[in-house]
Amino acid sequence: MKLLGDDEISEDGEFIINMGPQHPSTHGVLHLKIWLNGETIIKVQPNLGYIHRSIEKMSESLSYRNFIFATSRMDYLSAHINNLACALTVEQGLEVEIPERAQVIRIILSELTRLASHQLWWGSTGLDLGAVSPFFYGMRERESILEIMEETCGARLTMNFMVPGGIMADIHPDFQRKTKAILSQIKTNIKEYDDLLTGNVIFEERTKGVGIISKEDAISFGMSGPCARASGVSCDIRKWFPYSGYEKVQFEEILETSGDCYGRYMVRMREMLQSVSIIEQLIDNIPEGEIQAKTKNVIKLPKGEFYQKVETARGELGVYLVSDGAASPYRIKYRSPNFSNLFALPQMSKGAKIGDLVAIMSTLDLIIPDIDR
Amino acid sequence: MNHTILAISLSSIANSMHQSLQALLGDGFALTATEMLIQGLSLIVFLVILCFYLGWMERRVAAFMQIRLGPNRVGPQGTLQIIADTIKLLLKEGLTPNSSDKFLFNLAPMIMVITSFLVVAPLAFSKDFQLWDINIGILYVSAVSSISVIGILMAGWSSNNKYSLLGAMRSGAQLVSYELSIGLSLISIVILTGSLQMSDIINSQSNGWWLFKGHIPVIISFVIFIIASTAEINRAPFDLAEAEQELTAGFHTEYSGMKFAMFLLSEYINLFIASAIAATIFLGGWMPLHLGNFEAFNHVMDFIPGFVWFMGKTMFIIFIIMWFRWTFPRLRVDQLLNLEWKYLLPISMINTIFITIIAIYGWHF
Amino acid sequence: MFIKEYFSTIYRSIKSLLTGMKLTGYYFTHLNKIKTEEYPDNRATLKMADRFRGEVVMPHNENNEHRCTGCQACEIACPNGTIKIITKQEILADGKKKKRIDSFIYHHDLCTLCNLCIVACPSDAIVMAQTFEHAVYDKKLLKKILNNPDSKIMEGVE
Repeated sequence: MKLLGDDEISEDGEFIINMGPQHPSTHGVLHLKIWLNGETIIKVQPNLGYIHRSIEKMSESLSYRNFIFATSRMDYLSAHINNLACALTVEQGLEVEIPERAQVIRIILSELTRLASHQLWWGSTGLDLGAVSPFFYGMRERESILEIMEETCGARLTMNFMVPGGIMADIHPDFQRKTKAILSQIKTNIKEYDDLLTGNVIFEERTKGVGIISKEDAISFGMSGPCARASGVSCDIRKWFPYSGYEKVQFEEILETSGDCYGRYMVRMREMLQSVSIIEQLIDNIPEGEIQAKTKNVIKLPKGEFYQKVETARGELGVYLVSDGAASPYRIKYRSPNFSNLFALPQMSKGAKIGDLVAIMSTLDLIIPDIDR
Repeated sequence: MNHTILAISLSSIANSMHQSLQALLGDGFALTATEMLIQGLSLIVFLVILCFYLGWMERRVAAFMQIRLGPNRVGPQGTLQIIADTIKLLLKEGLTPNSSDKFLFNLAPMIMVITSFLVVAPLAFSKDFQLWDINIGILYVSAVSSISVIGILMAGWSSNNKYSLLGAMRSGAQLVSYELSIGLSLISIVILTGSLQMSDIINSQSNGWWLFKGHIPVIISFVIFIIASTAEINRAPFDLAEAEQELTAGFHTEYSGMKFAMFLLSEYINLFIASAIAATIFLGGWMPLHLGNFEAFNHVMDFIPGFVWFMGKTMFIIFIIMWFRWTFPRLRVDQLLNLEWKYLLPISMINTIFITIIAIYGWHF
Repeated sequence: MFIKEYFSTIYRSIKSLLTGMKLTGYYFTHLNKIKTEEYPDNRATLKMADRFRGEVVMPHNENNEHRCTGCQACEIACPNGTIKIITKQEILADGKKKKRIDSFIYHHDLCTLCNLCIVACPSDAIVMAQTFEHAVYDKKLLKKILNNPDSKIMEGVE
């Protein structure tokens, strides 16, 4: 019997294991090839392509109304924000004025999506670090948000509620009441989150000083979103390049300087409270009026290039659209946050243990379908 | 505690069975063989059924802590769920990987289960109801229970799977280190009692459990024992050997069907044994709770059979260990060893000195 | 100094662990907080939201009449080619020829339930039904013809 074949030990005697494409903590079909020295990681190499669905190419044969739905399947936890990015890009070409009401509802739905996404992330971080209970507590609040989504948008995950010119339908009569209820629920329950994970000594030990990435490295890897803000990179698109009326709301850009797993964790925890405060500012002041601007039945964009970036729950999503004047885009490119964030992983996990790799991956909050598209 | 009020106690059943068998078979080899067979079978059946229910209890406790319901379909409150699971596991194919070391691969789960059963021998379930009151009971327990690491290493190595190998190596380091703390906290009671025999230890607690009699040092060694035995039986937050999120299933990644069930069985038997030993040496085993001079209270407590006391205490500790599992994140492998070598071991060494002083001067109650 | 730090670490650790255990213990003793919905058992009381997108249906009135004019706007709007409308020419009483639907084919297995066909329909002929439990053993069963046999278009719908 041979224990290890030739391909399983490198020339330097390193132990090579393949984590994924099917592994409990890769959250999908990410494949990491890991070179190990005992338990210590020497090198990590991510392999992609297991869930490539050619959303960009497919969009080239769809009309400007149709291509939006597919983006819900990229980063499925921030489906609303992805759809919003596409709708904003098309609106840029159309040069239409979006009604106030639609803009406010768009922000509220985006922030609810961000809350739901961060709650799922909180639960799965606990799960990845071996504590199973946080997952259920995180899911509990997320479930209430998804119920609101189901009532207003008709779907829980792939909402497809944003259309060029506004939103697909008006909000449900119960929307404001239920949203306010969930906001107060989140504000009380975030203390439970702190009790269970944030203050826990094992959790602190597992995350503090683990997977450190410096500010310079974060910028050069093109990281964005909470992961970059944990290293002190100010990169909140909502602040720097406000869209859809984010300039009118008051919120704080969360910055941490540690750049480790705990910093990324704290950025997201504090971001949840910021999202709550954004929704609180808007939920009672939804202006009356139209929900959609008048657009032609068949949308044709003028010849040219359009770029719109938004802040999803994971970072900067850019939509680059080239139009040749026809009814469907000539070329679409998505700049997905997870793709850039993933490639900081080899840098972060050098010298870490296998358990650290899991912690780093879970605080990077990777959504694999967004990496491959 | 020199009288059993209930006419029927477990020891009286055992005595009457012994007498009737003696009448039937006479003194000799046949009697010994039959009695050993009955003892062995009843122990195995008892433990297997108990472990079924520990599995069910684990899932219900986990579910309640996680605002879920847990298994509640098969049988009343889901109590028969575990039988359905067993039937499923029995019918599954017991896969042996092609490139594994087949002899060791099949041997490993057996070793795990056999070791677990062996440790049960000196446990006193009730007054005078004990399989084997060996005079080095504590030593026997700590010696035999450490064989299980061989089973884990064997399983991890023979699977020819890198995750299994990593899990086995982790558990090797873990079990060897935590054995020390367990040993020292067991020794603290041995010092106080002056005996390694289980029945002596229990009888020394007739006027109060060691946890209450021995001041703070015994409480510290009780806590250390619980922590270290949680690590010793590979349960979260110390379940590094099977760390699901890191190593998929660690040393039993490649096992399926009945062989996997045997690992599960041994895990639960170990959980029971660790809790039973803690209950025996710190909480007085089958001794009822007595409060100083409250004669009426003590009298009522005597009415409760010893077996109920023993199982109640054991279940309480099992619940606490389950509570740990469903609350805490897992430690990293180096932190696990840090905890043992930098915290538990020095503390228990100093603690042992304090206990020795207490024992010498007779400061305990 | 070192000793003090050592023991304060132990104290803080134990305190933080007990805080966590207090929370799980709270939920263990408060069983009324359980959120589980016992799904197959609560079918009778389970009501989906009004806007829930289950499948596309074509409502018919009591005279077996629908509102579909066969304009194929939904077919164009669908990103996946889920809808296929087969039309026929019908000769009306006054001798005029008129386009009518022969069959409205809906491939439920291709549908992403994006609601674009419903939005595109000018005559509100199709709506989303709140049904779920769509699993079937044969894929063919998911190819549905939405208009009833011998159904007619409603008076006044153009």
